[in-house]
Amino acid sequence: MRNTFINTLCELSEKHDDIFLLCGDLGYSVLEGFAQQFPERFLNVGIAEQNMTQVAVGLALEGFNVFTYSIGNFPTLRCMEQIRYDVCYHEANVKVVAIGAGYAYGPLGVSHHTTEDIAMLRSIPNMTVCAPADPIEAKVVAQFMASHDGPGYVRLNKAGEACAHSETQCLELSPGKLIEVAGGRDVAVLVNGAILGSVMGDLKQSGVPWAVFSVPFVGSYDIDEIKRLGQHFSRIITVEEHQLNGGFGSSIVEAFSDLYADSKIGHMPRIQRIAIPNQFIGVSGTQSYLRRAMGLVLPREIL
Amino acid sequence: MSLDEFAQRIRLLALELCFRKRASHIGGAFSAADILAVLYGDVMEFDPTDTQAPSRDRLFYSKGHACTALYSALAIRGAFEAASLLSDFTADGSYFTSHVNHNLPGVELSTGSLGHALGVACGSALAAKRLRQTYSAFVVLSDGELDEGSNWESILFAAHNGLDNLVAIVDYNKIQSFGSVAEVMNLEPLADKFRVFNWETIEVDGHSLPELQQALSNAKSSRNGRPKCVIAHTVKGKGVSFMENQLAWHYKSPNESEYNAARAELGGE
Repeated sequence: MRNTFINTLCELSEKHDDIFLLCGDLGYSVLEGFAQQFPERFLNVGIAEQNMTQVAVGLALEGFNVFTYSIGNFPTLRCMEQIRYDVCYHEANVKVVAIGAGYAYGPLGVSHHTTEDIAMLRSIPNMTVCAPADPIEAKVVAQFMASHDGPGYVRLNKAGEACAHSETQCLELSPGKLIEVAGGRDVAVLVNGAILGSVMGDLKQSGVPWAVFSVPFVGSYDIDEIKRLGQHFSRIITVEEHQLNGGFGSSIVEAFSDLYADSKIGHMPRIQRIAIPNQFIGVSGTQSYLRRAMGLVLPREIL
Repeated sequence: MSLDEFAQRIRLLALELCFRKRASHIGGAFSAADILAVLYGDVMEFDPTDTQAPSRDRLFYSKGHACTALYSALAIRGAFEAASLLSDFTADGSYFTSHVNHNLPGVELSTGSLGHALGVACGSALAAKRLRQTYSAFVVLSDGELDEGSNWESILFAAHNGLDNLVAIVDYNKIQSFGSVAEVMNLEPLADKFRVFNWETIEVDGHSLPELQQALSNAKSSRNGRPKCVIAHTVKGKGVSFMENQLAWHYKSPNESEYNAARAELGGE
């Protein structure tokens, strides 16, 4: 999905002559095409993400649509205050792109586990947060971000994700929307990000008739969609490759709770959150090993 | 209005704000007053009636805590009314916050968290290069904020990318939040630091208007592939004898007798 996102950005940059790509000395074998095609709109700023984010704001204030690119925690947590104060408060047209979502860089250790980013970024006003599930979503997210004027965060996995959608399907993605990827009944499984592939695999194996939705954009949900979920399903399960505190599942619980508090829904559905249990994992492991080690699997009774 | 008058009016208005609204940071506002007078009164292209003009020079005022000096300079130049600044400063619902606020006309960037503006100015200067614009990006930095590591990322970046349209001015008043710069986190040799980072660096008396004028206009007009640093040796609290070089005036706001004494020293009517 990383290559798809960058290749799409490259294609879009032919038409969108305001797109500017900054990288924090990462992107070997990924960003060269963009750099060669648009040398005037590319810069490797070195291993200095705080400055990268500030430079992005300076460029954005002069009219550029700036994408910053690095791994996981570096363009995000490393420079949270630059994102909060310089990007988001100024509503600067800066998109932070991080690769290595969750345990995508599993064997590299905790420094490279991106597992708190969504909670932190979604708490900041003006920020649009999204984590595409597969290359097809990544492509549509790139298109969205190229046209979106304001702060954005794109959380990308790495490579080799199974496609949850068909190549030919015309995918419509926007903040607040849920995309049904498998019809079903009783239980709605809401998934954020690339762990969708393994959820789909587990469900297929189990044979349960549950519905599955991909939810790449976190927060600001369409009220009608949330209401519909509550009406049609007795139980909701959220899945994410992120800590339990404050992540995607929390955003779904908040959405239902707020509607219930405002008497816009008559009852609170039973919501089960599958997420990392607020722990670091210091051992090495593939993405798939670490996901299972941290319990990022569907409830035992169906597997 | 001469630059000298401009600078004194900045100090008088900043004094008025700090007294009336019980605001802090008068010492740092006074140390920067002459720098701002020269920038807004002479060196920068700035039209108070069109603060978004594409050709304007940009000022990124990094020492956002010393906002009273910047707000005063902008009010005196006419970006907004001095009367509304005086009535609304720190008032409920006003954008005149006591750290610099970009929602006000003429303010390029909100500042208040240190170590942010230089990097943003680098982006602005880079944009000018890529868009073939001729404006310059100026930054006023405090000395204490050079403790922030993010500045040194930006200092490396500016030189590496040949941002000769970037001018950083260090308001080097030698006193930071909890003590002298020498005691808290020594910056010396500061000019040498900028020089070895490949910045064209000059040291001036930050209260000599001719020295500031010459250094800043030279820095603005030079396009030699190197960013410019003007280290302005200043005095915290400059202009009021009992405030000069006193750490306390990083925080204190003047009481009535101090206000009257300061006003008299500054030649207020």
